[in-house]
Amino acid sequence: MYSEWRKGLKAAVPVIVGYVPIGLAFGILASQQGLTVGTVFLMSLIVYAGSSQFIAAAMMATGADAVSVISTTFLVNLRHLLMSASLSQHMKKFSTKLQSIISFGITDETFAVSGSYVQNNIATEGYFLGLHLASHGSWILSTVLGGIFVSRLTDTTKWGIDFALSAMFIGLLIMQLKDKKGLLVSLCAGVLSLILRINLNDNYNVIIAAVVAATIGVVTERWSK
Amino acid sequence: MEQIVFIILGMSIVTYLPRVLPIIVLSKTEAPEWFMRWLKYIPVAVLSALLVPEILVSENVVNLSLTNKNLLAAIPCFLIAYKTKNLFITVITGIIAMLILNLIFAYV
Repeated sequence: MYSEWRKGLKAAVPVIVGYVPIGLAFGILASQQGLTVGTVFLMSLIVYAGSSQFIAAAMMATGADAVSVISTTFLVNLRHLLMSASLSQHMKKFSTKLQSIISFGITDETFAVSGSYVQNNIATEGYFLGLHLASHGSWILSTVLGGIFVSRLTDTTKWGIDFALSAMFIGLLIMQLKDKKGLLVSLCAGVLSLILRINLNDNYNVIIAAVVAATIGVVTERWSK
Repeated sequence: MEQIVFIILGMSIVTYLPRVLPIIVLSKTEAPEWFMRWLKYIPVAVLSALLVPEILVSENVVNLSLTNKNLLAAIPCFLIAYKTKNLFITVITGIIAMLILNLIFAYV
């Protein structure tokens, strides 16, 4: 049991290395946009989803209404469905209570680690808990530290940190583009989102563009068969 | 302030449901196959839909010129992401690229 926890903690190291700069950047940006350190802590504790936290902070700063922030968050984080679905096949023996605790810690990064681990190993309770707790802890800590430091680094736009989110999106996107159909979906979503953003001037461009583009992906799969 | 806490609670619920439901349900049953394929495209679609306006739009107009710092900083990010497939290095590249662009733009 103890050694399984250790395996999980060890597996968390690359996740933590990725989280710290992004977490610091989130804390700084969120504070600049008027969120308190307490709010940053609460968001990192109970939402715990990097890109949606950046988006929510930016949307709140522009005065977006609760419904559009929450629905955008829902759509941005809907991708966890697939990760959860994929992990479900390796958690059949866990109790429902344990499943509901472990599933809280599913992120792009922890899934990248655990999703490949379970292909060749039997995933245990200790492995998942170690990986998820260490990753979540580092996210909370780095975002809060970023929020505290903001008073010392008042104009962080000079530091280039404001581009961290776009850079993270680029990195995640490139890693997920594996074939022509993915590229087609990506282009459709990007162009549609751009058109909607300019013409509608609200925050629903992401939701509409992503749903339409994913549907185009499934439909073209049918045609190409 | 209360409004923000309300938003965060809402975000928490809508984020947790897609994380927890498939594990609870699918460890007992199977999802339709077409839905799993649709879901497979969601990450790429959402990331692209977020990224493109972020990089190309400034002050509500599409800016494809050399005055668009976000577009310029994105170029090395794409190259490094493609070469290294490493999220951390890509983020650092983006920050450094933007830092350099900020310095250049301040003196030009």
